[in-house]
Amino acid sequence: MEGVTESPGEEPILRVENLKKYFYLRRSLSEFLTGKPPRAVKAVDGISFEIKRGEIFALAGESGCGKTTTGRMVVKLETPTEGKIYFKGADVTVLSREEEKEYRKKVQIVFQDPYGSLNPRFRVYDVLEEPLLLAGVGESRAEREEMIIRALEDVRMTPPEEFLGRLPHQLSGGQRQRVALARSLILSPELIVADEPVSMLDLSIRAEILNLMEDVRRKRGVTYLYITHDLSTARYFAHRIAIMYLGKLVEVTTTDRLVENPLHPYTKALLAAVPEPDPSMKDVIKEIPIKGEVPSAANVPPGCRFHPRCPYAFEPCDKEEPELVEVEPGHWVACHLVSGG
Amino acid sequence: MALLEVEGLKSYYLTSRGEVKAVDNVSFDLERGESLALAGESGCGKSTLGFSLINLLPPPGRIVGGSIRIDGIEVVGMPEDRLRSEVRWRKISMIFQGAMNALNPVHTIGRQLAEPLVFHQGVSWADAISRAREYLELVGLDPDIVNRYPHELSGGMKQRAVIAMALLEHPDLVIADEPTTALDVIVQAQILNLMKSLKRKLNLSIIMISHDLAVLSEIADRIAIMYAGKIVEIGPSEKVYGNPKHPYTQKLLGAIPRLRQKQERLEFIPGAPPNLLNPPAGCRFHPRCPSRFEPCDRREPELVEVEPGHWVACHLYSW
Ligand SMILES: Nc1ncnc2c1ncn2[C@@H]1O[C@H](COP(=O)(O)OP(=O)(O)OP(=O)(O)O)[C@@H](O)[C@H]1O
Ligand SMILES: Nc1ncnc2c1ncn2[C@@H]1O[C@H](COP(=O)(O)OP(=O)(O)OP(=O)(O)O)[C@@H](O)[C@H]1O
Ligand code: SF4
Ligand SMILES: [Mg+2]
Ligand SMILES: [Mg+2]
Repeated sequence: MEGVTESPGEEPILRVENLKKYFYLRRSLSEFLTGKPPRAVKAVDGISFEIKRGEIFALAGESGCGKTTTGRMVVKLETPTEGKIYFKGADVTVLSREEEKEYRKKVQIVFQDPYGSLNPRFRVYDVLEEPLLLAGVGESRAEREEMIIRALEDVRMTPPEEFLGRLPHQLSGGQRQRVALARSLILSPELIVADEPVSMLDLSIRAEILNLMEDVRRKRGVTYLYITHDLSTARYFAHRIAIMYLGKLVEVTTTDRLVENPLHPYTKALLAAVPEPDPSMKDVIKEIPIKGEVPSAANVPPGCRFHPRCPYAFEPCDKEEPELVEVEPGHWVACHLVSGG
Repeated sequence: MALLEVEGLKSYYLTSRGEVKAVDNVSFDLERGESLALAGESGCGKSTLGFSLINLLPPPGRIVGGSIRIDGIEVVGMPEDRLRSEVRWRKISMIFQGAMNALNPVHTIGRQLAEPLVFHQGVSWADAISRAREYLELVGLDPDIVNRYPHELSGGMKQRAVIAMALLEHPDLVIADEPTTALDVIVQAQILNLMKSLKRKLNLSIIMISHDLAVLSEIADRIAIMYAGKIVEIGPSEKVYGNPKHPYTQKLLGAIPRLRQKQERLEFIPGAPPNLLNPPAGCRFHPRCPSRFEPCDRREPELVEVEPGHWVACHLYSW
């Protein structure tokens, strides 16, 4: 069958180049009168990466680092301040109305909140029919119903007929998230942006959703941009991972390599902080090699934006911004320690 | 004598649709200086148990049965004024779930810490503020934070302030309900470090409530696994994590993704936890249990000791 992918291929399905999103803050009257330029929250501040077809690419980092904003730009819910997004080689920041409609079928998003993301008055059938109607897919009701049933089967809501008439409150959290996933699948997308799809779910059903997403990938050849703050699920689920800090990528590599050989000081601190279900760490005070707290995205430090918190900061760090450089095949790091100042 | 002894505790929410049996016949005890983790998925009754221990169940919640002894003194049914003057905050205190986001935005941190001392203990404002400063320092904050407002603090700083608040009246036992849940992983690790060091420094007993078994393993001397209002397994951490006996515990531990280990296929538990208005008969886990057998849907399993200090409520071990 076409599109079946065991392991990711080489063709990039998505390429993002120097992507930026600034949110401009309102100036106070005095700032306005003194002619100060408007201040910006630099939510995403020049990031580049590519995702191969069939790949699961994780974008990970702490709260507020710009993950969701990146995802929203990819699905065109947010307009970039600067930069390019290429989908299968074509720039999607400049699309005609027709192309845009096509793009919105091919690229879908799943949100974090299984409670808020479904309209409480829509039955499962309506939730799944809506994207078909909007996209003008499916000639007759019978044809659409067939597609809906197939999508429900793909997310293992069986028998599908039993769920078609249910309202969101008649579903468990896991079932709701499966409906959200089914909705994202119904137009046979090629890329799904999954923004913290399991963060709000109970542990006992989290793996069920991740396993389901993996099965869908194998069966339909879907590619995922997996947005998460949880490095453990990223290790389990993703092939590659990008670590984001204050609007920038600081390290990109395979998930295995990231855990075995983290090179950026921020990645090292993050990894050191992740707990394991293992009581041998009980009563041990953990060494977390990092100082202070995350600065505001409206006030990004000069040079390496991590330098005020970095235990290894040295001469160039507060002046020059380090570039992402490839330090071993496929392993990119933005740090003067690694690139030699 | 244990610091805390809980026996057959039942706390129900008496709603118009019926009784929500959120804590249903729970027993355990806790020594001085010991930490107990209370683990379980959303809605299994962890917070309800915490509220019951400190006697602050929100209505329509009520303790409908059982006993809670602190230092040997029964507190179920104790008059409110005596609870207030002798027990609550002084012997046992609680860091409520989400408390850091419930700080009063219009008062300084200092005022919010000092107020209970002034009103409950008749301490002067000056003394209360100086005690607040001392405890803010103890939790790793700059004591001058007394003059700051909640919105001026980061999440981690607010959580530290809330911990200081729970310690002000020198309790023997602190219940910490999801104290790290809303925090980023680095701040979470720092708060856990703080709890570990406070436990040691103050010889504090801690009941730490969380759904996150990885977080809990960092601090728990013993761990209790709750499912649908009941403790289904309790024992020393090494035993429960290393050699889980209850099928629910086994499945739950099998469902945890681990950072430092490549896992091929994680397990999950089909279905969802039951509604506590009308929980399943027999073992409450039986509809989801892969090992259920003949007695499970008819008879309720009792906690039995499978090895020293390690108790399990499952017919596999008692039938
Ligand atoms: N519409 C907006 N207006 C102003 N600032 C915004 C807006 N959306 C996001 N931001 C800011 O941009 C930064 C990045 O936000 P974003 O939601 O992308 O982060 P995130 O990594 O997804 O965080 P989380 O893990 O909390 O979901 C934050 O500082 C946030 O406050
Ligand atoms: N005020 C209330 N009225 C009726 N039922 C309630 C009330 N508060 C809680 N419950 C129910 O009691 C049960 C236990 O709730 P509790 O808050 O103790 O769970 P929890 O384990 O702390 O969950 P979480 O991990 O989500 O905090 C749940 O089924 C909940 O729906
Ligand atoms: S560039 Fe400097 S400050 Fe930034 S992470 Fe590397 S060593 Fe630390
Ligand atoms: Mg986000
Ligand atoms: Mg709770």
